[in-house]
Amino acid sequence: MRYLLSFILRHHFTFLFILLEVIAVWLVVNHSFYQHSRVTGMISEMTGSVQTRINSVYEYLHLKKVNESLAMENALLRSKLKESYLLTDTMRFYQSDTANKQEYSYLYAKVISNDVKSRSNYLMLNKGSRHGIRTDMAVISPDGIVGIVSKVSSNFCWVNSMLHKQTRISARIRKNGFVGTITWDGMNHAYGRLQDIPANVQLSKGDTVVTSGYSHIFPPNLMIGTIADYRVAEGYNFYDISLKFSQEYNRLSWVYVVTDFYRDEKIYLERFRVDE
Amino acid sequence: MNNRVLQNIFRLIILVAVQILILNRVQFMGFINPYLYVMFILLLPFELAKWQLLLYAFGTGLIIDIFANTYGLHAGACTLMAYARPAVLKLLTSRKEYEPGLKPGIRDLGFNWFFSYASILILVHHAFLFFMEAFRFSEFFSTLLRVFLNGLVTLLLVFIAQYLFFKKEARI
Repeated sequence: MRYLLSFILRHHFTFLFILLEVIAVWLVVNHSFYQHSRVTGMISEMTGSVQTRINSVYEYLHLKKVNESLAMENALLRSKLKESYLLTDTMRFYQSDTANKQEYSYLYAKVISNDVKSRSNYLMLNKGSRHGIRTDMAVISPDGIVGIVSKVSSNFCWVNSMLHKQTRISARIRKNGFVGTITWDGMNHAYGRLQDIPANVQLSKGDTVVTSGYSHIFPPNLMIGTIADYRVAEGYNFYDISLKFSQEYNRLSWVYVVTDFYRDEKIYLERFRVDE
Repeated sequence: MNNRVLQNIFRLIILVAVQILILNRVQFMGFINPYLYVMFILLLPFELAKWQLLLYAFGTGLIIDIFANTYGLHAGACTLMAYARPAVLKLLTSRKEYEPGLKPGIRDLGFNWFFSYASILILVHHAFLFFMEAFRFSEFFSTLLRVFLNGLVTLLLVFIAQYLFFKKEARI
């Protein structure tokens, strides 16, 4: 026992180092597996309120651009109003409420912290479980898609950004309907990768890529980006496509969280899928 | 003595504030993001006990972690850096022995000494940080590129800070 104690005392520097390093690694691993303990939720609430204050200053600096995009979106929405259409035949515009059930609704939220420079990036929004946010909800913006809600506290939520090493989004090339998967390689935050498109498909630069709606998370036909470059690696039957995101991820300030009214039903049905 | 403790606390507050409020929002070329706050660990006095060094570094990293929402990443990197510091000091013993009262920095120990000292420790810190963040070796070379580019920018900032704020003290 005395030898053990004197051994530990003699090498206290190394032992303390190992102890602290184990704590640090434990924290990292615990965090990356998304087992959200109540402690991290509490810290989120605390730093959330600090971040809100810091962000209000940065928000002010971006007011002009935000106003511009809001005004543009207002104009777009106004143009979709019933009043904006010329009514030539009133019967044609009659809608029965029971025939048209709403599938998606949108809740606006403010981005109070955002990041694009890590390998896995997160956003914090100022809406939480009190406002009906749940995990795995889609987050979109006027210009594109933003990410998926990963952690919710009562007033705030964390969102796994598109720029995350685990993000895989099912996407469709609008021109011809082929479906592939979008990932992000961690380098430039303006470009993602689209894979799984067979090499015999005709592509051209600038083709629009939209969400496929296959994942039960994102509604279909939302703009993701355009094809910036594509090539087929020697010996492969699939394209490696570089995708320019339509949303600039370092300029986000207002986003929409999508509620899918039929999500539970879709997921319930999926349990009966038999793998053979 | 008390004065030096206060000076270090003041330096910690300033560096952490600069890191959280300004540098964490810098994105040069998309992924370059300097970590100037490591200067606090570089400039801790020589007389500090080794275990104190570890605890201070761990705490500094944890503060940055809480604000950047990267639990444990910076704490681990800073602890490794503090663990490497005594070995690096031994390696770099200059003609001037580390006399009591001497502070790590360009002013007391010269440009060459401080350059090797800072670049080795910043490299250790950044290597741990970025490889831990990537958490896999399949992207080894792109991670290595990030380590070196970020390390270069951090080193540059540390030197700028040294010349801006620590040269003047000599004349007073």
